[in-house]
Amino acid sequence: MTDRTHNRAHEARDRAEKQGASEGGAAGPNGRIDWHSPQMLARLRRRHAANRRMKFIGLAAIVLAAGLLSILVGSLLKSGLPAFRQTFITLEFDLKPELVKPQNMRRGNWRKIVKEGLLRALPEDMRKNRKLRRKVLKIVSRSAPYALRDHVMENPHLVGRIIPFDVLASDPYDQFNKGLIPEYIVRGERKRPNPKLGGPEVVRAFRVLKEQKRVHLPFNWGLFFNADSRLPEAAGLAGAIVGSFLTLLVTFLISFPTGILAAIYLEEFAPKNRFTDFVEININNLAAVPSVVFGLLGLSLFIGFFGVPRSTPLVGGMVLSLMTLPTIIIATRAALKAVPPSLREAALGVGASHHQMVFHHVLPVAMPGILTGAIIGMAQALGETAPLLLVGMNAFIPDISNMGLTEPATALPTQIYSWADSPERGFVSRTAAAILVLLGFLLAMNALAIWLRQRYSTKW
Amino acid sequence: MILLATLLVLAVAAVGWWLARKRAREIELRSSGHHDRLHSRPVYHGLYVAIWTGVPALLLLLLWVAIQGPLLDALLLASLPQDVVQGLDENARAVLLNEIKTRAAGNPLPGEPAPYVAEAVRRLLRWRAIANMAALALSLAVALAGMAFAWRRLSPTFRARRAVERAFTWLMLVCASIAILTTVGIVLSLIFETMRFFTMVPLTEFVFGLRWEPQIAIRPDQVASSGAFGMIPVFAGTLLISAIALGFAVPVGLLSAIYLVEYASSRFRAFAKPLLEFLAGIPTVVYGFFAILTVAPAIKHFGDALGIPTAPNSALAAGLVMGIMLIPFISSLSDDALAAVPNALREGSIGLGATRAETIRYVLLPAALPGIMAGVLLAASRAIGETMIVVMAAGIIATLTLNPFEAVTTVTVQIVTLLIGDTEFDNPKTLAAFALGFVLFLITLALNMLSMHIVRKYREQYD
Amino acid sequence: MTENRDITIETAEAAQERAAATPAGEDKSRPTSPVCGHKCKFITRNVNVFYGEKQAIFDVSLDIPDRSVMALIGPSGCGKSTYLRCLNRMNDLIDICRVEGTFLLDGEDIYSGDIDPVLLRARVGMVFQKPNPFPKSIYENVAYGPRIHGLARDKTELDEIVETSLRKAALWDEVKDRLDAPGTGLSGGQQQRLCIARAIATRPEVILMDEPASALDPIATARIEELIDELKENYCIVIVTHSMQQAARVSDRTAFFHLGRLIEEGPTEQIFTAPREKQTQDYITGRYG
Repeated sequence: MTDRTHNRAHEARDRAEKQGASEGGAAGPNGRIDWHSPQMLARLRRRHAANRRMKFIGLAAIVLAAGLLSILVGSLLKSGLPAFRQTFITLEFDLKPELVKPQNMRRGNWRKIVKEGLLRALPEDMRKNRKLRRKVLKIVSRSAPYALRDHVMENPHLVGRIIPFDVLASDPYDQFNKGLIPEYIVRGERKRPNPKLGGPEVVRAFRVLKEQKRVHLPFNWGLFFNADSRLPEAAGLAGAIVGSFLTLLVTFLISFPTGILAAIYLEEFAPKNRFTDFVEININNLAAVPSVVFGLLGLSLFIGFFGVPRSTPLVGGMVLSLMTLPTIIIATRAALKAVPPSLREAALGVGASHHQMVFHHVLPVAMPGILTGAIIGMAQALGETAPLLLVGMNAFIPDISNMGLTEPATALPTQIYSWADSPERGFVSRTAAAILVLLGFLLAMNALAIWLRQRYSTKW
Repeated sequence: MILLATLLVLAVAAVGWWLARKRAREIELRSSGHHDRLHSRPVYHGLYVAIWTGVPALLLLLLWVAIQGPLLDALLLASLPQDVVQGLDENARAVLLNEIKTRAAGNPLPGEPAPYVAEAVRRLLRWRAIANMAALALSLAVALAGMAFAWRRLSPTFRARRAVERAFTWLMLVCASIAILTTVGIVLSLIFETMRFFTMVPLTEFVFGLRWEPQIAIRPDQVASSGAFGMIPVFAGTLLISAIALGFAVPVGLLSAIYLVEYASSRFRAFAKPLLEFLAGIPTVVYGFFAILTVAPAIKHFGDALGIPTAPNSALAAGLVMGIMLIPFISSLSDDALAAVPNALREGSIGLGATRAETIRYVLLPAALPGIMAGVLLAASRAIGETMIVVMAAGIIATLTLNPFEAVTTVTVQIVTLLIGDTEFDNPKTLAAFALGFVLFLITLALNMLSMHIVRKYREQYD
Repeated sequence: MTENRDITIETAEAAQERAAATPAGEDKSRPTSPVCGHKCKFITRNVNVFYGEKQAIFDVSLDIPDRSVMALIGPSGCGKSTYLRCLNRMNDLIDICRVEGTFLLDGEDIYSGDIDPVLLRARVGMVFQKPNPFPKSIYENVAYGPRIHGLARDKTELDEIVETSLRKAALWDEVKDRLDAPGTGLSGGQQQRLCIARAIATRPEVILMDEPASALDPIATARIEELIDELKENYCIVIVTHSMQQAARVSDRTAFFHLGRLIEEGPTEQIFTAPREKQTQDYITGRYG
């Protein structure tokens, strides 16, 4: 730069500086900007404050979501964990033949046997209390006589003896034993005994049994192995778990091969024409159709027209497989896309036909990704409730011995729905526990899918 | 019986495969070294024969299974004494058929059957036996015929591999078409039932009616509260709850996406994203239970404390929980939309001295807006079609109101309520559910297509 | 190799005081360098830049005089862009990037806690390799910077700023009738000039250009080079280029980088006709790069 231009530039700059210093904030279009003027600094402070605010509310949103999630999980745990233990009472029962009726045990007076067993454990003075005698059976489940009966029917040699046996406590006493319901209900000034417990005499009797160490609180295996029941203390998820398993089996058998073949066709063989585009549009749309609509389809087409029996895992599986199909197709296509062209070219190079290249070389390599997608699809299907409700898959299954693909069944999510509808306190706890079981399954399946993805994802 | 037939067909097909493969091997051995060499490997010959043996027969069996039920029903009905059948409407006929079938299955029913019923039961059992035998025989015949036909094609120059591969391609095509078939099935079944509904309830009442009380007189002498089937209050309920849900989920989801994309360190992202994924994977029945267990009581408590009359199943409770369910959905779609904005724009803005917030507000959000809007539309579609949360936490009575503290019902609740229990495809109650379902399908379809259209239209801007 | 230079570095406040006290003209209190005396815009010493564990720039010391064009040349991947981005702290955006060394802009350390990067980037503008106009109108693109920094008190002033910037970028005549048209609708060369106008609008003192013409055709490139020639009368320009011819045409001084080190630096004519280092010579004559 020559000296002349240099000086001119400097003069211009000085002029502008003087100008700028006298005005506030920015200078005019020709002057130098005073970046350190009070107005500018104030503005900067405001801008940075606005930035900090945006960062803060963004973080707050995430914290809110996390907080809601923990409230959700927390309330489920608080409500459901107690249901993983169940109160039992050990008593001795005198199997007098005249009560048992050995020729036709179904006609035996098992209630009396149980009642006498209870009373036998109590001290003499309590035994004589008329009020207590009338109400003492409130301590044990209404299913207790039947449980005892079934036990003796399997072991008939026990008739005439006095045997020890664990009976289920009734739902109120199960809750009471876990400390979940109070002995007295306080309303303002008045305190009255909790009617669910049957009266203070009964509570006292229960306390005596506890002191005698007859009351146990073991892990509630019944939750997993009992079938459904109207009595919350005896209700379990066995029917629901088997039903879900059968349904998912049908879903898998239908949607896995179909989905893979469809994806392979679209990805490897389909010509680029209107039909293929149409198929792809359809798949994307189906993925977004509400699940209720699939239930309607199942009801009118599968049950109404084809006559597939209602409430069965077969029809439930058919409906769910239609919902899982888009997931599997999309995951399979992604897995196929990820296989590098060099592999394909190598296969073709040794003379394999297009089919052979795809099925013998590409497919095995893409399989881990496909399986991951399938597992995730199954996990989604496991949680679906609405379509199963519409095809009737929430039958009451008190006995799981003859469950099959074409027998009425229930499933885990629909069982949760049914139990959630029941007013008894014991069912609230069990519903939460059932949800925890469901979430446990889902977590395991997702973990498996992730592990599969990590283990087998090769870096090309 | 059908199972037996299927197994037999498969067995025959397997035999065919094995035999054909053996034969192909023989041909190969005999002609090794000569120009008589086989075109395809023996296994393909085997497969070819097996396909021709098994597939036609299995298709026949499939068709048989589908048709046998309705066909036998029709024949049975025709065989009953006319005077009995004339007086019965469709419902009663279905009940009669059910009785016959139940007794035929050997399940006890109370009371003794009428003589014509007992006769019909015997007839049905006879027919079924005949039909099963016929199915077995026919399928085996078709299988053997197929095998014979395919066997004749075997020769050294036979392009077995090509034929098998062609068959396979067709199989894959069919599988791919199932997507279309499903959509067609949905549309047809919904339209069919909806049409039947509109023969019983006028279209104008459905579309414009303001009362939804689906009561139907069960017996002719019941004082009929003629059912009202106006869908407006039901859809209003859906809109109210969806609006509450979106009003909660969109700000929270969008803001969390902004933070994750623009402000968070990669460590934080690695920790927060799985958290949101977990929220997204929770089944909706769990959210429904959460609503009745915790949220609805809390809101009632809150409302009562403020002196507002609050229903125990208020729209606010259902809407809030639905919003929680939608947060990860909107967050991840907005995340994608923001991350898709080219980094060059970010650098251009920061390079001019803008703060992150200014860059987000003036450059990134406008650029990502199409993607975000598409995400919101998809979320709206989700909200409208959501079932379990509202079935468990919202009401059943259709109320036309804007008050979130009242209980409303939604389209999906009505669909489920009307169809749970024994359904007869005859009365307007059941069919109303299909009509609602059809409208629901159309609305969610429209929202989805609009969403895809927006994404496609604006994506070109950056490429 | 760069020679050892003797400098005195003062704090920003002291420099400001002295600036207020001394008459306009050369500020004799500023740190001085043998290269540009007191007229240096940027004085950088002992610059080391790391991406995580990997070091990208090794002990670079470079002085950049005001109202001139400094070209940074070298084979691809040698660190020129990285160095350039240090000058306006754009490397702050990258989590794993660590910058060490001293960067003095008019005597102030830009990496010190006193300097707000937001202000720095208004004073040190940047033009990128691929034109990146915002998806807004031409007017809004140019007005963006002045708006956020609050440089105009009303619409009229803003209009003036936009017009001046577009004129300085030699784009005004072509777009004055369609200021509302989207900036992305312009041709490549026009877009780049729009980006230059955008950068000028915040009244920077320095303009950094990262291969500004590499995505453009020869005619557009020529126009950009003309523009640079005009701009250097009022701005300090640092340009990264992989084209030696461009460096030779456009710049007053040139710095040759190789594998993260500054090999040689000097007046452009000297670098291209009589380089001191063999590596420089090899690069100039096309032996590699």
